[in-house]
Amino acid sequence: MRHLRQLEDQSVYILREAYKHFDNLAMLWSMGKDSTVLLWLARKAFFGHVPFPLLHVDTSYKIPAMIEYRDRVAREWGLKLVVGQNKEALAAGMNHTLGRVNCCTALKTNGLKQLIEQKGYTGIILGVRADEEGTRAKERYFSPRDKHGDWDFRDQPPELWDQFKTTFPPGTHIRIHPLLDWTEINIWEYIKFENIPFIDLYLDKGDGTRYRSLGCAPCTTPIKSTAKSVDDIIDELRHTTVAERSGRAQDEGRGMELLRKDGYM
Amino acid sequence: MTATSTKPSDNLNIVIVGHVDHGKSTLLGRLYADTGSLPDGKLEKVQAICRQQGKEFEYAFLFDAFLEEQEQGITIDTARTFFGWKGRQYIIIDAPGHKEFLKNMISGAARAEGALLLIDALEGVKEQSKKHGYLLSLLGVRQFAVVVNKMDLVGYRQDVFDGIEKEYREFLGQFKAVPQRIIPVSAKLGDNIANRSEKMPWYSGPTVLDALSVFRKEPGRSEQPLRLPVQDVYKFDARRIIAGRVTAGRLKVGDSLVFSPSNKRATIKSIEAFNIDPPPVEGHAGQSVGVTLDEQIFVERGEIASHQEQLPLVSTAFRANVFWLGRKPLERGRRYQLRVATKEVDCEVATIHRIIDTMDLAQQQGSSVVNKNQVAELTIRAKAPVAFDLSASFEATGRFVLVDEYDIAGGGIVTELVHDDQEFLREEARQRDFAWVKGEVGVEDRAQQYGHRAAIVLVTGGRHTGKSFLARTIEARLVADGRHAYLLDGENLRRGLDADLSEGERGQATEMARRYGEVARLLVDTGLIVVSTTNPFGMAYVEAAQAIRTLVHPVPVIAINMSKAPEEVPPNTDIVLSGPADFDAATRLILEELKRRGVLAQAIGAKPTFQYSI
Repeated sequence: MRHLRQLEDQSVYILREAYKHFDNLAMLWSMGKDSTVLLWLARKAFFGHVPFPLLHVDTSYKIPAMIEYRDRVAREWGLKLVVGQNKEALAAGMNHTLGRVNCCTALKTNGLKQLIEQKGYTGIILGVRADEEGTRAKERYFSPRDKHGDWDFRDQPPELWDQFKTTFPPGTHIRIHPLLDWTEINIWEYIKFENIPFIDLYLDKGDGTRYRSLGCAPCTTPIKSTAKSVDDIIDELRHTTVAERSGRAQDEGRGMELLRKDGYM
Repeated sequence: MTATSTKPSDNLNIVIVGHVDHGKSTLLGRLYADTGSLPDGKLEKVQAICRQQGKEFEYAFLFDAFLEEQEQGITIDTARTFFGWKGRQYIIIDAPGHKEFLKNMISGAARAEGALLLIDALEGVKEQSKKHGYLLSLLGVRQFAVVVNKMDLVGYRQDVFDGIEKEYREFLGQFKAVPQRIIPVSAKLGDNIANRSEKMPWYSGPTVLDALSVFRKEPGRSEQPLRLPVQDVYKFDARRIIAGRVTAGRLKVGDSLVFSPSNKRATIKSIEAFNIDPPPVEGHAGQSVGVTLDEQIFVERGEIASHQEQLPLVSTAFRANVFWLGRKPLERGRRYQLRVATKEVDCEVATIHRIIDTMDLAQQQGSSVVNKNQVAELTIRAKAPVAFDLSASFEATGRFVLVDEYDIAGGGIVTELVHDDQEFLREEARQRDFAWVKGEVGVEDRAQQYGHRAAIVLVTGGRHTGKSFLARTIEARLVADGRHAYLLDGENLRRGLDADLSEGERGQATEMARRYGEVARLLVDTGLIVVSTTNPFGMAYVEAAQAIRTLVHPVPVIAINMSKAPEEVPPNTDIVLSGPADFDAATRLILEELKRRGVLAQAIGAKPTFQYSI
């Protein structure tokens, strides 16, 4: 499992750089497999501690089991949890039937932007991976966002060796991506290797389906699978040619490029 | 799906570079397709978009994700994709070849452990083919293969291939770069990518995939002498952990470490880790580690830990090859932030020796600026001593970046140490510190007992500006507040310690400053705040202040400059007082600075809780 340790070493280095350079730092935690591995890596980097708050942007449409899992893990690991919600948009009745990209923009992108503005965060750590989809493949480890939280992918700063962009003009912030080099299989191999507790929605519980990627209930569909353990998942992934986010409705067409340019995760 | 179902035990970062339109994205698309690594529907989805837009499908479109890239048919930014082949997972970085996007190409290549450099058989060796080849060498990417693409367009002719091979090998030879392989291919038609081509029977070398499979992972960095740049110091609980990534060599519990440039020494008590049982007892190159020491020494981010036998270099200046990516040209004399490993310090470019034209490696001399996308040979001078290595010996501690305002604007490799005027004093301090005989009472014990750390308050400036009076006022105020402070006046040394010197020798500011500095070093070792002026050195006070700083390093020196009229202040001055001084106000400012620097605790009388760590 040497390659997992190598990935871990790089992610830990990035997390420590982030903690050193950002006074007001937070980590996004969606309770999915990636951000849970990210949270585990933070405990690795800081020797059992998580020295910054974890943010959850609650769309109110999450699968209920995810909220239960969130609260239990936060309690057991002594995490500082900050939950944000775009209450205005919800009060105005925002939901996926008004357009999936619209709904993601309002409840996730704008929910996150509101939280960043309220709390004045200057660094946000996220668990995006390069192999998930095309625009994420172009990301930097330290990726600047302008005053509106937008991403200028045409003009990204250079990133050389282990030197990252850690200085930025007032009013802007940096997105930090420690998991960029990990693949979906690496995530599961690491969960197994470190014995990381994960939410059981990823497993088949007898009906021949499981979630491969977790999001809001209305826009996330389970895949056909009989994987009942982490080993089963790893074995399944080694033989699949179906894209990981095929169960995520907002990715259709050019959805992700449009969403991410405006500051989506 | 045969290739990806084997279990990867290893992964390798590969960058694909070359001139624009020479087929990098096509090669990538082909590698993916031929190893069966494309997700279901991806090929069909892109083919459908092509039909919709009425253009011919190209493999390149699989990875040029941005709308704009597909429309313009060029890669704008580096993309990372993955495929598995024969037990290894490849992370492929597709870097843009257009010269507008050189910074993105460099960002991609800087992450790579190996490279494929593409040359179009029809167009031959072009500007960016050369620039990219040169930059790969500068970036430290030593293993690479040259791929001569579009052989189908030249009728698979051996003489065309041989001509390109000869020309390009000659170019690379000028800076001693040697490709592992030169491979003729057609990425579009799949010749010599995964499968051996029948169209080129004259070629008997490996395919592209075969060439990749012999690239090695991090050759031998663990066998080098130890380098551990300090990234941070944590005190989340009872443990005080020095965190960092081992960039070379190995360390183990019980090793004696030397930190440069502070020359502090301590022994590794433990290697800390989360969720590893039993805890590790050693670490090696590449690992992000945390160690605790047997002694509470004050070390900071930016220092490099090594074993005493093979120390890094320390200087304020070095010569380097630099590539510049900034929007504004690099200018001599302008202030930049220098980052070497984890050290961050202000610097300036002292000399631009020459600009290197990467087309023909011709040298252009006498420039005072380096423009965007140019490569130059420079001397860089830092505000404070920096620990580093030559890039020929150590990769990670032999390279650096320059930050202009908010952005990384250039990068480079250290080619030569430049001797500065502090070199002899620094060596004296190093030898003296290594051999220093310590009592049972440590620095931290004294600090806890006294309620403050040791420091030097150094008042510089011209004649008759009130320096002595200010120094006396500060001493009196500190002692009245219950601090342990002492006024060290150079006159007292002159009549005692320096009594053996002739009149001529006394006129030499450097020797006088050396003696003064060593006495000050003894006093700060007792935990005192030493207050002094540079009066004894006359107008040579700038050099004297620098010498004192070198000898007492790393004890904080708070420098105050006094002058009647505004004038140029010595480097590293903390407080500038010009015009008639209000001595009480000046004293308050200095006490604030002592608090800010962590010498005094915030409240008088309170025992300081020393976060030496953070």
